[in-house]
Amino acid sequence: MTELRILILDDEPHARERLRELLDDCRDEVPHVVSGEAANGPEGIECLASSPADVALVDIHMPGMSGIEFARHVQLLASPPAVIFVTAHDQYAVEAFELNAVDYLLKPVRASRLAAALKKAAAGARVTREVLERVDPHPRRFFSVAERERITLVPVSDVLYLKAELKYVTLRTREREFLVEESLARLEQEFAELFVRIHRNCLAARAAIRGCERVSGDESDAGWALLLEGCGEKLAVSRRQWAQVKALVRT
Amino acid sequence: MAEQKAPSISHSPGALPDFRNLGVIARTLLAVNAAAFAAAIARGPDAAAVAAQFVEIASWVEPALFACLVVLYAASGALARLRYAAGYAVTVLLVAAVSTALAIVQARYVRATAPAALAHSLVFAPALAVLLLEYFRLRSRAFSPALAEARLQALQARIRPHFLYNSLNAVLAIIRRDPKAAEGAIEDLADLFRSLMADNRQLIPMREEIVLCRQYLNLEHLRLGGRLQVQWNVDEAAEDALVPPMLLQPLVENAVYHGIEPGMSPGAIEIRLALEGDRVHVALSNPYHAEHQHRQGNRMALANIRERLQLHFDVEASLEAGVDAERYRIDMLMPYRKAP
Repeated sequence: MTELRILILDDEPHARERLRELLDDCRDEVPHVVSGEAANGPEGIECLASSPADVALVDIHMPGMSGIEFARHVQLLASPPAVIFVTAHDQYAVEAFELNAVDYLLKPVRASRLAAALKKAAAGARVTREVLERVDPHPRRFFSVAERERITLVPVSDVLYLKAELKYVTLRTREREFLVEESLARLEQEFAELFVRIHRNCLAARAAIRGCERVSGDESDAGWALLLEGCGEKLAVSRRQWAQVKALVRT
Repeated sequence: MAEQKAPSISHSPGALPDFRNLGVIARTLLAVNAAAFAAAIARGPDAAAVAAQFVEIASWVEPALFACLVVLYAASGALARLRYAAGYAVTVLLVAAVSTALAIVQARYVRATAPAALAHSLVFAPALAVLLLEYFRLRSRAFSPALAEARLQALQARIRPHFLYNSLNAVLAIIRRDPKAAEGAIEDLADLFRSLMADNRQLIPMREEIVLCRQYLNLEHLRLGGRLQVQWNVDEAAEDALVPPMLLQPLVENAVYHGIEPGMSPGAIEIRLALEGDRVHVALSNPYHAEHQHRQGNRMALANIRERLQLHFDVEASLEAGVDAERYRIDMLMPYRKAP
């Protein structure tokens, strides 16, 4: 049996230390090597790029990016690690895990439970992206883009607009564009608080709206274009959305 | 355990109201004047007569009322040291003596006649005193179930399970490497829970509350390390102030949970305890994370503390919370009662 490569992800140093100790304790039972350790989600993704892992032990409650969001992002990898969630007390998450048959460990963790979970993961138990979305309905903090076996994280707050093009959605930040494989309708649902639909194929960041300008457009357009801060493009507003968008421009 | 203890609360004899409290004074003024007005209505056949009667009655009642309040205000400390029954009796006797003395003085020097008012003072003043004392007793008893409830809540919610399990986990992590530190941490945890399960009805010196908070923060330091910074700014005189137990700790815990844990970078909690005139000012602030919005637990803790402040200090205490300059701030004001 080859050694299992394990990533430890927890924001508390002592909690990571404890997991290392417990892993040591069950080394005979489950041969493994700790391939990396990280204190938050983005660091963990960084870590996976340089040293791939078969299993990730992930704390749920972390600043910046929750453990569940981390798990969603790593699903973009060609061979994502099996994620085992660890939590001290998170009633919502635990209920959702139970409901969706997702494996998790409770802190303080017992060595025997840890060994059992590792064996299960080594045998190929995986959570799917759909299950993770169900488990954590909160909007993500980041978009993730898979580029050459690396995951690039784009903070949701950096995105000016989202535009649907064929089977991709383009994310536009001040600096550049990214392509993600998601559906605009679902993004609209997830980020209703941050983005507003301005056109059949476009969502604009509410916070970036700076004004509007008269333009000549085709039948379905309202004859107005939206101006966003930090972006020279003018975005066409459809007639259907104009009333809603107009209110946002005013305030 | 809490259920077993709960009945003792309803059998407790209670305590005399704090005669220096603005709320108690205001309630007394209102009640006595209402009684005087009722007497005027009973005597007067029409509106004009009622008004005249009220003026007449008030001229007897008000001086006695104010004199009684002044005497009780002065005697408040001594009365509080007596057992409840004794304090009760002394209060009623004081009221009877003061009002009768005033009636005698008034009858002899201010008015020519010595009317039935003298007898009235002897009967009505002590009767009103008894009624009011009973009212205050019932009022504090009405709050008691809330206090028992508060204790249970404290066990279930105040110290978050999240904190308990994470702390135990942190202790487990150091137990092999640093058994001494682990011992200290478990002692802190034991003290914290002892305070939580203690009878939380009596006021305690702020000093004890500060010790508790420090023990709690030690545990959080163990877990969060340098991410948690705490600035204490304690006026020495404020350490002697009597406060409801578990006043500060839940607020500090909220500050850690909502202000420090969601932050990627280190954050500071500021705790200031100061004496301002005859009031104690507790000011607490922590970084505010707008996106970390589930503040249900915070609201519960604030409501609970407000309730207990009201029970102990009536209208003289206040608690305000809000966001200002990226920091969440809580300001509490309460009357300064020096610990013996």
